[in-house]
Amino acid sequence: MCGTRPPTALTPRSYLTAPRCCLCLCALQITIRGRKWHKMIVGIIDQCCSVCLCCSSPHKLVGVVGLEIHAQIRSNTKLFSASPVHFSSPPNSLVSFFDASLPGTLPVLNKRCVEAAVMTGLALHCTINRKSLFDRKHYFYADLPAGYQITQQRRPIAVDGVLHYNLMGGQKKNQVVRKSVHIKQIQLEQDSGKSLHDDLRSQTLIDLNRAEGQLRVDANVSVHRPGEPFGVRTEVKNINSARYLARAIDYEIQRQIQVLERGGTVQNETRAYDSKWDQSCYFAGSRFMPEPNLPPLMVYDDQASLPPGLDLCQAVVVQEIRDTLPELPSVTRDRLVHTYNILPEHSFILVNEDGLVEYFEAVMGQTKMNARKVIGWVTNELLGQLKQRDQSLSQSPISSSVLAELLELQENGHISSSVAKQVFQEMWGSPGKRARAIIEEKDMGLVNDTEKLHRICQKIVDSHPEEVNAIRNGNKKVLNKLMGLVQKETKGRADPVLVRDILKDKTS
Amino acid sequence: MLIHLHFIPQASLALREGKVSPVDLCRKCLNRIKKTQHLNAYISVTEEQALIQAQEAETRLLKGSPKGLLDGIPFAVKDNFSTQNIKTTCASRMLKDYTPPFNATVVQKLLDQGAVLLGKTNMDEFAMGSGSTDGAFGPVRNPWSYAAPYRENTGLDPNSDWVVTGGSSGGSAAAVASLTSYLALGSDTGGSTRNPGALCGVVALKPTYGLLSRHGLIPLVNSLDVPGIITRSVGDAALVLDVLQGVDVKDSTTILPQSSSAHIPEDVDVSALCVGIPKEYHAPGLSMETVEQWSRVADMFERAGARVELVSLPHTQYSIVCYHVLCCTEVASNMVRFDGLEYGHRSEMDSSTETMYAISRHEGFNDVVRGRILSGNYFLLKQSYEHYFLKAQKVRRLITEDFKHVFNSGVDVLLTPTTLSDATRYSDFTKEDNRTRSSQEDVFTQPVNLAGLSAISIPTALSRRGLPIGLQLIAPALQDKRLLSVAQWIEQRVAFPSISDFEEPIEGSERCLKIREHTVQSYKTYYSGCP
Repeated sequence: MCGTRPPTALTPRSYLTAPRCCLCLCALQITIRGRKWHKMIVGIIDQCCSVCLCCSSPHKLVGVVGLEIHAQIRSNTKLFSASPVHFSSPPNSLVSFFDASLPGTLPVLNKRCVEAAVMTGLALHCTINRKSLFDRKHYFYADLPAGYQITQQRRPIAVDGVLHYNLMGGQKKNQVVRKSVHIKQIQLEQDSGKSLHDDLRSQTLIDLNRAEGQLRVDANVSVHRPGEPFGVRTEVKNINSARYLARAIDYEIQRQIQVLERGGTVQNETRAYDSKWDQSCYFAGSRFMPEPNLPPLMVYDDQASLPPGLDLCQAVVVQEIRDTLPELPSVTRDRLVHTYNILPEHSFILVNEDGLVEYFEAVMGQTKMNARKVIGWVTNELLGQLKQRDQSLSQSPISSSVLAELLELQENGHISSSVAKQVFQEMWGSPGKRARAIIEEKDMGLVNDTEKLHRICQKIVDSHPEEVNAIRNGNKKVLNKLMGLVQKETKGRADPVLVRDILKDKTS
Repeated sequence: MLIHLHFIPQASLALREGKVSPVDLCRKCLNRIKKTQHLNAYISVTEEQALIQAQEAETRLLKGSPKGLLDGIPFAVKDNFSTQNIKTTCASRMLKDYTPPFNATVVQKLLDQGAVLLGKTNMDEFAMGSGSTDGAFGPVRNPWSYAAPYRENTGLDPNSDWVVTGGSSGGSAAAVASLTSYLALGSDTGGSTRNPGALCGVVALKPTYGLLSRHGLIPLVNSLDVPGIITRSVGDAALVLDVLQGVDVKDSTTILPQSSSAHIPEDVDVSALCVGIPKEYHAPGLSMETVEQWSRVADMFERAGARVELVSLPHTQYSIVCYHVLCCTEVASNMVRFDGLEYGHRSEMDSSTETMYAISRHEGFNDVVRGRILSGNYFLLKQSYEHYFLKAQKVRRLITEDFKHVFNSGVDVLLTPTTLSDATRYSDFTKEDNRTRSSQEDVFTQPVNLAGLSAISIPTALSRRGLPIGLQLIAPALQDKRLLSVAQWIEQRVAFPSISDFEEPIEGSERCLKIREHTVQSYKTYYSGCP
């Protein structure tokens, strides 16, 4: 059953590591949803994994994994209430009567969240459901004050999409391999609160702000023998890092295999992954019913398809959202490779760093330097310095125009590449200073004063009679040694073309 | 001197013209509440706040700038509507100390008109019941138990043989019937407003689903609940509907009314009307006297030239079981939040979170509520969902289609009984359990909620025992105004008495038997005097 599709992984860098070759990642489902109040779920399923081909024999139990990714929507207010959303606000400071589940309060859907979900759906090439429904998912938990969560179980806002992505593959992990993964669905979901357990006083503290600011992943895991129907699945909840995700999935697959090999049966249940103990433990089951307080959610293709009498500021129009969709990362990468003739792996580095594509393109617009040279500057020198200082690009003291000016100086032969790097270093120490100023101040410009160079060359020729003899006897390579010595004397600032001519002249 | 201000327009005009002061009117009502305390109609009486509100109304009226149509008019609210800084208990131990920080939209709308809140009325716990006998604060007594006709016709002692009000909005119906309030809000999920309205001899309107906001109404079944309006006359109900209807941003299920004003003409021509009589409503247990009233009014229509047709609503018989499944399911879901953590009763037993949940809920809810929660959770189980919940939803659709079919065939309104008979003695009522009673009592009213239609119960006569009998009119969704017009037509012809007709004259006031004749004129003046 494997082999018809390439292996799977995800674009966000944190997931590049997640679906590594394992015994069993035949199916992969991913969900993104919001972490404060509102979540958006993106389900991704892939039926196959080529890596699995080599390790799956017909009799061997292998794992099947689906992921639910919970990501927060960037909005001013919560999904179903008018209370604001702010990161790291004091606990329970942003809680409306609805958020606290006071009896008699009703959910009111936030239009901005619907638009974000539609936009995500479009970006992931999903089918946008013109009509979607809300459901209640029930379970008892202290941080879920209503006793249920409003979600989209039966008919979510977007379904059946695909995400194309690349990852480093090959034997040396240095080749870009292009992959794609199916998105099962995107759903809008209200978040639960946050529980803080105080074991010492056996208390649980609840924060209903629901703003954790981190991605959370639930994994659905089952095992089966290839060719046979899928096994009973379990859900491992509340995984908050890629490393734990991999570990939790590994643990659950091994646990299920052991249960089955001992002759037992896997129970359909929800388990919470406890990163401290490296084992998942039993959680509670849940019940669903339609949410009676929210009418079906309608979105419309375009202005022409709006029903008469509908309040325009209430309507979500797909075409309008499509028009505002920014360039998608895969398109950006392809464009960069195509336009600048850079390596695909470089396009990754550019796209993955916030603002780096714009930075790179701005530099390219201001210099005649070859793109491959510029990419070296940007990915090695610039990112290297930022990494050393643990800074992001937005904190960089070196703007794209400042860098471009430096590169132009090198390109025009005013400075050598090694001096350019020295100047670059200097710039970090004195932010705002232009390259020209540093070069002048430190006297780092190329020495092309012929008289001065003649003097230095003469000095070298005079002090190295053996080398001069060798050259005169036909060993022209020794000239390079003399040139190196001249550069050493001028700290790399001598114009190499001039020096060569002078030395040739003096040793002929 | 105030008793003749029997209806809202009369009282409102008198207030505007300064013939009576809001504070006096409020005191009058508060005194009457005290006098009728034995009815147990109110869970809390907000005397202090009411007098303050009345004083404020007085100031406004003296300045000639009333807040709105209802400025200075006293009203009561069922204790499942949230009222800011006033306890809202749902007649449950679970919420006996719960004070909401906000007003339900319908309460707010009345306050915005300047109406004066007298208190919160008694009910069945969480509105689950049809007698107003199953609340944590004791049963409500029907005011007609104490009126002369019942005493004289039955020879029974009202103190031991009093009759129930019906439910679950029994407190609201009793409050209006005993003239302690001009209007009261009830809630109607399967008949909870119309049932006690019929048994207490008052007008009880169940508006179209979505016409009134449910924001702040502590839910029983979200997809069936509507705020109900209980008044002394159809005209008053229309007036209150006018104030309360409309889209509320806090309730996404609210809809626009078909006409901006629910004001109804005083003379309705019914000669072009087609009145449907559903044959399935000749249910077992229907009393002869109720059938007599049903025929009497049907004949009235016929005599006035209306077409009266026997129609069929074939799925009526499945309504009770369908309602039971849908109700329990939503109840189970809606009640999960009452865990004693954020608000409500929290048990002292807190050895573990689970124990605390379990004991708090056991102590906080009565048997009826717990029973429905258990059934509901069973229906929600993955393995039963399809067999119960989904089937019940399909049946609901069939019941809705029944009505649609009848209304599409040319029928304008349906005329049916509201209840099987007049009110039952408390001692007899409690011989059956709540579930049996509810399924018996709500048989004529539930299908209307399942279909989201508009319906009203109006009193037509006193039974031989001296107790009110009511009839129900059902109209298509959003035809509330037409429904009210037809209801008023009946009201004008049946001459149902007010309980005050049987009272000894109070404080030298004249009897008000003749009042109704003046009412028509009052509404006319009232509406023309309003902005």
